[in-house]
Amino acid sequence: MSSFSGAVTLAVDAPVAVTASGTFSLIWLLIGLPLIGAVILLVGGRRTNAFGHWLGVLASAASFVVAAVLFFAMLAQPLDGRTQRQHLFDWISVGTFKVPADLRLDQLSMTFVLLITGVGTLIHLYSVGYMSHDRDRRKFFGYLNLFVASMLLLVLADNYLLLYVGWEGVGLASYLLIGFWYFKETAAVASKKAFIVNRVGDVGLSLAVMLMFVTFGSVTFDGVLARASQASESQLTWIGLALLLAACGKSAQFPLQSWLLDAMAGPTPVSALIHAATMVTAGVYLIVRSNAIFDAAPTAQTAVIVIGAITLLMGAVIGCAKDDIKKALAGSTMSQIGYMVLAAGLGPVGYAFAIFHLVVHGFFKADMFLGAGSVMHGMNDQVNMRRYGALRTVMVATWLTFGAGYLAIMGIPPFAGFFSKDNIIEAAFSRGILVGLVTVVGAGVTAFYMSRLFVMTFHSTKRWTEDVHPHESPMIMVVPIAILALLSAIGGLVLNWNNAIVSWLEPVTGFQEPELAVSKLGMEGISLVVVLAGAALGWMLYDRRPVPEMAPAGNLLTRAARADLYGDAVNEAVFMRPGQYLTRWLVWFDNRVVDGAVNGVAATIGGLSGRARRLQTGFTRSYALSMLGGAALVAIALVLVRL
Amino acid sequence: MNPNNYLYLSAVLFSIGAVGVLVRRNAIVVFMCIELMLNASNLAFVSFARVWGNLDGQVIAFFVMVVAAAEVVIGLAIVMTIFRTRRSASVDEANLLKY
Amino acid sequence: MTTFPWLPVLLVAPLVGATAVMLLPKTSDKLAKQVGLVVSLVVLGLTIAMALNFDAATGDRFQFAVSTPWISQFGVNFALGVDGIALVLVALSTTLVPIVLLAGWHDADDSRGTVRGYVALILTLEAAMIGVFAATDVFLFYVFFEAMLVPVYFLIGRYGGPRRNYAAVKFFLYSLFGGLLMLASLIGLYVVSGDILGTGSFDFTTLASMAIDPGTQKWLFAGFFIAFAIKAPLVPFHTWLPDAAAEATPGTAVLLVGVLDKVGTFGMLRYCLELFPDASRWATPLVIVLAVVGIIYGALLAIGQTDIKRLIAYTSVSHFGFIALGIFVMTTQGQSGSALYMVNHGFSTAALFIIGGFLISRRGSKLIADFGGVQKVAPILAGTFLVAGMSSLALPGLSSFVSEFLVLVGTFERYTWVGVIASLGIVLAALYILLMYQRTMTGPTPDIVAEKVHDLTGREIFAVVPLLVVILVLGFYPKPVLDVINPAVDRVMHAVNATDPAPSVAPVAEGTAK
Repeated sequence: MSSFSGAVTLAVDAPVAVTASGTFSLIWLLIGLPLIGAVILLVGGRRTNAFGHWLGVLASAASFVVAAVLFFAMLAQPLDGRTQRQHLFDWISVGTFKVPADLRLDQLSMTFVLLITGVGTLIHLYSVGYMSHDRDRRKFFGYLNLFVASMLLLVLADNYLLLYVGWEGVGLASYLLIGFWYFKETAAVASKKAFIVNRVGDVGLSLAVMLMFVTFGSVTFDGVLARASQASESQLTWIGLALLLAACGKSAQFPLQSWLLDAMAGPTPVSALIHAATMVTAGVYLIVRSNAIFDAAPTAQTAVIVIGAITLLMGAVIGCAKDDIKKALAGSTMSQIGYMVLAAGLGPVGYAFAIFHLVVHGFFKADMFLGAGSVMHGMNDQVNMRRYGALRTVMVATWLTFGAGYLAIMGIPPFAGFFSKDNIIEAAFSRGILVGLVTVVGAGVTAFYMSRLFVMTFHSTKRWTEDVHPHESPMIMVVPIAILALLSAIGGLVLNWNNAIVSWLEPVTGFQEPELAVSKLGMEGISLVVVLAGAALGWMLYDRRPVPEMAPAGNLLTRAARADLYGDAVNEAVFMRPGQYLTRWLVWFDNRVVDGAVNGVAATIGGLSGRARRLQTGFTRSYALSMLGGAALVAIALVLVRL
Repeated sequence: MNPNNYLYLSAVLFSIGAVGVLVRRNAIVVFMCIELMLNASNLAFVSFARVWGNLDGQVIAFFVMVVAAAEVVIGLAIVMTIFRTRRSASVDEANLLKY
Repeated sequence: MTTFPWLPVLLVAPLVGATAVMLLPKTSDKLAKQVGLVVSLVVLGLTIAMALNFDAATGDRFQFAVSTPWISQFGVNFALGVDGIALVLVALSTTLVPIVLLAGWHDADDSRGTVRGYVALILTLEAAMIGVFAATDVFLFYVFFEAMLVPVYFLIGRYGGPRRNYAAVKFFLYSLFGGLLMLASLIGLYVVSGDILGTGSFDFTTLASMAIDPGTQKWLFAGFFIAFAIKAPLVPFHTWLPDAAAEATPGTAVLLVGVLDKVGTFGMLRYCLELFPDASRWATPLVIVLAVVGIIYGALLAIGQTDIKRLIAYTSVSHFGFIALGIFVMTTQGQSGSALYMVNHGFSTAALFIIGGFLISRRGSKLIADFGGVQKVAPILAGTFLVAGMSSLALPGLSSFVSEFLVLVGTFERYTWVGVIASLGIVLAALYILLMYQRTMTGPTPDIVAEKVHDLTGREIFAVVPLLVVILVLGFYPKPVLDVINPAVDRVMHAVNATDPAPSVAPVAEGTAK
């Protein structure tokens, strides 16, 4: 590991949590409000159909208001009073295994709470319009509220086991929402796949929690993180790797990435909220939250970087080849989360930037997904970009707002992505040239596929099918997109002002200034050049030349990327097929061999007694003979024994 | 008088009875053979009573007679019913109680 | 109130109810069910009142204890009493009986047997179940252990599905075989106690305090353990369960899998471990292997099933693997987790069987392939089924999670790799539940399903909702149950002379962290 110089603050120095009182005793309401909304909507059934969607919006918005109140209350606190803990009740207590149901609000969870409730409320609002024709709209809002509550529990939990509850809670909500159109076979299969792949990750989380208990005798953040330095490096490495497995599942990182693309079968607001802005970033939260463990386990950190780098490139390559607008965006999400995971693997130099990128990514990706939803809304739910084109003429608002997101994700100054991504690239270079190069190349590819997507959708020429009449979406959908577009445009600038977000997060995540061979301005220049080159290529290939309505065969890489780089094929060949054979064989084995042995014993006994029955001939005199013989035998035996 | 001679007689009678039970088919004859065996054992009991000089053997002989009488009553009744229904007293033909 | 004879009353009340139901005229089916339901609710009320009087923290081990000489020649007493584990299991039984009666209101209507017979058998079974958990005399335990078979035999054999005779006989003979081995061990135990104490005894506390020669212990242990392993059932003694559960009515299946099988794991925890501590430690590696194989094997078989009820039965084989694992890893977390798991599994499997039963009776088929898209025509049915399924796959926030995680933690702290392998069960559980859900509830709705399957009626919702509420409440607040279980588990741990491994980093003293 390279030797760090300069001031390093590690999160171990983080202030101890204080018991929440005053305004902070409202923390539970953050979760409580959407939870109550979900309960009313899901238990109330059809009776709540009339007002259900507004109740859902209200629950989410109220939670956001509480979050804002808590945020300002936190700002008013001195630095060492910002970590608040609220004790709800004792959850599990067996021997030394004690898990309280405690909530913890600090700068890191506050950031997430604002993102979740803020973006969440906007997407709730958007869904009122987007889902207005669905007969199960009320249920949709119930699930959305359930998701918000679970996600808030995930980020507010004060121990890893309660975090696990939120972790699987969002998984459940994601399952329900991907499969919301359950009558479509694809949606049902995709939702099941998402849940099961996530479960593989969950095994990682549960192993991590068990390892923590075995190592520290505790699973609370204070009990584990504050004492991480006392454990041996191998123990911490195992814990770190288990946490990484968990993060891979939830954040769709290699090798558990395959569910995210299929998850696009869900309604678009779901893709925006869960599979772009919030839930899929939970893995990054987990790693950043556990920073004390990763700081002391360099091997685990390296693994995090490698996974992040692989996914970053994989996602970008997949994004280049997809014609389905949502899947292209999903590839992009994978790739962007790869950036965050990579940054989180860099240690104190990257934690704050990972969260920074996570927040602005939440803005611009939600913006673009909602924009994509708006396009689909106007195009009869078509998703094939080859049948889009020139939509800027009919959907001006969508075009402009999407454009803001487009510029933000590419990292064109002064849009949001510029600040966050550039910070990550700089931090990556301070770790090593190779890591740095991956992030720069990734930025270039990002610019290419986003340009491709943007051009194919809004520019180029009309390639619409005859039956579509594109039109702009209603105001209730446009306004949330516009707000997100605004955040994508200026969010980075605001959050980066005076290093605001870094110094805000520093008490929790620690921070270290990246060490650069080139000047900061030089770095920014290099990455900007790469980005512009990527974008120019995209515009040249897709704006200047006509886009064929049928996808051309493409080269080897294109075909591989269209097949999600064969992730599913590998899963099928390695797990599903052999698994099916195994279960079929086991069913045979259980019926024939195990149960066969049981029935075999019964049959043997039955058969033997059938034979023995034959001795009962019905001839009295033969019975008399055997009696006599028996008596004689007994007599002989008696005589012999006497001798 | 040598009690052994009574015991020899008892053994001979018992053997005759046993062979009769095994070889004869007629239920009445079989019955009579059984009685012969019982009485052979009675003779042995009485002889032993004489040898040991106590009454135990004689008492048991009386028991045997009583039981034999009761048995004959039931047995003959069964033989009678079988004969009435099947017009035969052969023990080989009454073989319904089998596997 | 302490002098009130809670347990004898609990034992007699269902029997009185059963007699009353049998005395009703043959035609009054509805009345029979109503009487049965009222009696079972009264028993439930009594149980709740008793549980409220239970003093977990400071009281004696066996509370509400009563004892009268029964067969004084052999030192057999009619002795009853409950510790924390027995109490929660009695509560589980008395909670499930009214639910089963209500959910299976029409189950016996078109069967061979009479409706009043069905109700009377279920009430008789309830009495036997209470007795088996409450017995503190080993001989009495054995009597109830065997007595439970009789009502279940008739419940399966007279009210079951097409292969009911095969299933009933298989269940009966298999269990009887185990019972026979246990009887042999029981007599052996009596003889050994005569040698050690001078006079033989069947009293549990007396027997548990004896130091039996380790060699003898192994033989006696084997008899008890095989009986319990068949009852539980552990792989490879499990094959009677899918047959019995699939042929029984849903209500019978609930009581069979939810409660009866718990006698096996309860017996391992109470009798095997405490009576034969040395032999238990000796057998630990074998039992752990059987348990882990059971977890994975049961789950894989569940994935491969085509019949809903058999699938649920195989999930239980997997779950019983978890319970046995937790008991034999000899850690506080493992054993408390197992005791809690017995309760939670009872509720979640009950929900699955009952709702699955609603589904099957509507469509008239048990095959998964005959369903599809049920969610569209019966959203409440689908929703409740999903919650029950999520509980079965141990979703955090639902009750099974707490117990499953405790078992895993308890395993992991002593046998790391066993814990890792058992964790794979988490993924497999998701597979079998979600595959079944996907194939039955989602996708396009075939016409025949749309025509036959309708949503839950008021009575059915009323039967299912209490189960789901319990599942949710125990998921977030298991404390009341854990507080009752923990002291009892501590005693077991003490009896087998086991202590939890200490964490590798020295814990901070309590209070300094706050």
